Amino acid sequence: MKILPKHSLKAWVERLRATHRVVAPRETYGQYIFEEIENADDLVLDYHTSVLPPKKYLLPPREDLFAFNAKTMEMSPLIEEIQPTVIMALHTCDLHAITLLDKIQGTGHTDQHYQARRRKTTLVSIECLKPCMDHAFCKSMGTLAVPEGFDVHLTDLGDRYAVDIGSEQGEQLIEGLSLFWEPVEADYDRVNQVMAGKWPNFDYRLDCDVTDLPDLLAASQDSALWDEVGDTCLACGQCTKVCPTCYCFDVLDEIDLKLEHGKRIRVWDSCLIEKFAVVAGGHNFRSSQARRLRHRFLRKGKYQFESYGLLGCVGCGRCALSCPAHITPIGLLNTLAERRRPATEEASSRS
Amino acid sequence: MTTLLRETLTHSSIYMPTPARIVEVEQFTEVEKWFHLELPSGFTIDHKPGQFVEVSILGIGEAPISICSSPARSNGSFELCVRRVGKLTDALHRLDVGSMIAVRGPFGHGFPIDRFHGKDIIFIAGGLGLAPLRSLITEVLDERGKYGRVALLYGARTPNDFLFPADLAAWADREDVECHVTVDRPTEGWDGPVGVITTLLPKVKFPARNTVVAIVGPPVMYRFVLDELLAAGIAEGNIWLSFERQMKCGVGKCGHCQMHHIYTCQQGPVLSYAEVKNLEEALS
Repeated sequence: MKILPKHSLKAWVERLRATHRVVAPRETYGQYIFEEIENADDLVLDYHTSVLPPKKYLLPPREDLFAFNAKTMEMSPLIEEIQPTVIMALHTCDLHAITLLDKIQGTGHTDQHYQARRRKTTLVSIECLKPCMDHAFCKSMGTLAVPEGFDVHLTDLGDRYAVDIGSEQGEQLIEGLSLFWEPVEADYDRVNQVMAGKWPNFDYRLDCDVTDLPDLLAASQDSALWDEVGDTCLACGQCTKVCPTCYCFDVLDEIDLKLEHGKRIRVWDSCLIEKFAVVAGGHNFRSSQARRLRHRFLRKGKYQFESYGLLGCVGCGRCALSCPAHITPIGLLNTLAERRRPATEEASSRS
Repeated sequence: MTTLLRETLTHSSIYMPTPARIVEVEQFTEVEKWFHLELPSGFTIDHKPGQFVEVSILGIGEAPISICSSPARSNGSFELCVRRVGKLTDALHRLDVGSMIAVRGPFGHGFPIDRFHGKDIIFIAGGLGLAPLRSLITEVLDERGKYGRVALLYGARTPNDFLFPADLAAWADREDVECHVTVDRPTEGWDGPVGVITTLLPKVKFPARNTVVAIVGPPVMYRFVLDELLAAGIAEGNIWLSFERQMKCGVGKCGHCQMHHIYTCQQGPVLSYAEVKNLEEALS
């Protein structure tokens, strides 16, 4: 652990900007967006949540895959070599989400486009000391603490930050800088005090334990709730766009008017959209909105856990915040838990 | 020195295909066309029966297509049988010998042929389902001695819709293969069976024990065929089906082919009934 006095924060960011593109939350029309900062004065570390998660820097909404000449059949990969980038002030939920993305993009066939960006991206996270908004349920999801494999993690101690370094890549951001101090006994005491003080500020928002989530969802596959909530879903795909762990995409070709030079690209896609599971010929393997909604929830809370050992939801609450039909994971999961309970109790009283 | 086609994925981008040349075509039906493709010199496809490739026409797009040729006979070339049903396949049908396309793969798990050794085998193909099965049938017949009795049940809409007519004639001539075909609607001059594919099942008199079944066909066919096979006592783990989904990327990333927890392009497209029987989205 190191100590960074708050008055040195700007100087640190300016030093980073000399060698890195620095991305941080920035206030725009009362909301926060992650954006490159051109001035350390623009830096905000205390923000509620960002509109889009920082995944857009690793998996852009639209990304070139390769360029081609359709006449000569020449093809060349388009793997963007980004400049070294530091993403500042990630909430721990967003950091957990990137841990999952790393695992998915690196499992089986490694996605070189993702890797090229990820290799040059260093993440500076910040300890959340109070809930950022009503829809967040990070404490229930276990994402309110920094995950293993972080780079640099800051904790606000009032007039200074505690700076934890979790990786070699993180070490490089502070190496040799006289802005950072060695901690003294009082700093450790203060960290403990701040950390002990933060937990009561957060509530457990889910009525089930996170380890029960896969079972709850498995037991709820035939729940009528999917139809009830599916009826209200507008299939707009907004929830997947703002989700820090959603990575599904569509593949498209673009070609010039001479039908010669073109690019294959990918764009974000959404499993909530009606045509997502349609095959050529027209058969839709998830033909109702209820099934598409159920797929999203089971994927987040069950399938990804089974495939990757990590849950696909980090409890950030962005989907709830952005849903025009007011569908919220807290509401939906708690209703499933509530409806499951009487059946379980009945079964146990019978046995 | 030969390079396996799939190795190219690790070189640059998992999404970048390799060119392939159309060296032979045959129009089987109004909507189904057969393509013989050749990879660049030094490349080999090295596929398993039941695997698929992502086929590209640059500027149009990409679609997953099952390989219909035998692995043993591939040697730098392979075959596809394509139904004209969408944007990519429509464009593919307009191509002729000499045209260039591009391919990635092969992807997914094919039929677990080692588990077929010594067993009686029933192949059940509905329509275009004969294409992926042909890869397996050819492999089995090439090493006929490794297997027990072999039967092929094949259903098409009309007698004009039969695919691989030369193969069908050759298989029907063999004494070590039981061949049964049926059509939904007869045309003039057809004197064979008429009816859905399940009507052919009673013709096969294999004992249920030690019989392996490989099924490929339209989704609607699976439920009916499965009911009959299970009623006949075929073991759930001995029934192998190929699942068609929209495999956009082939590498387990894009999400389109996901069937419950299964990425069809990775764990599939061939799965046993035992693996999918509780998956509502698999068989509906």
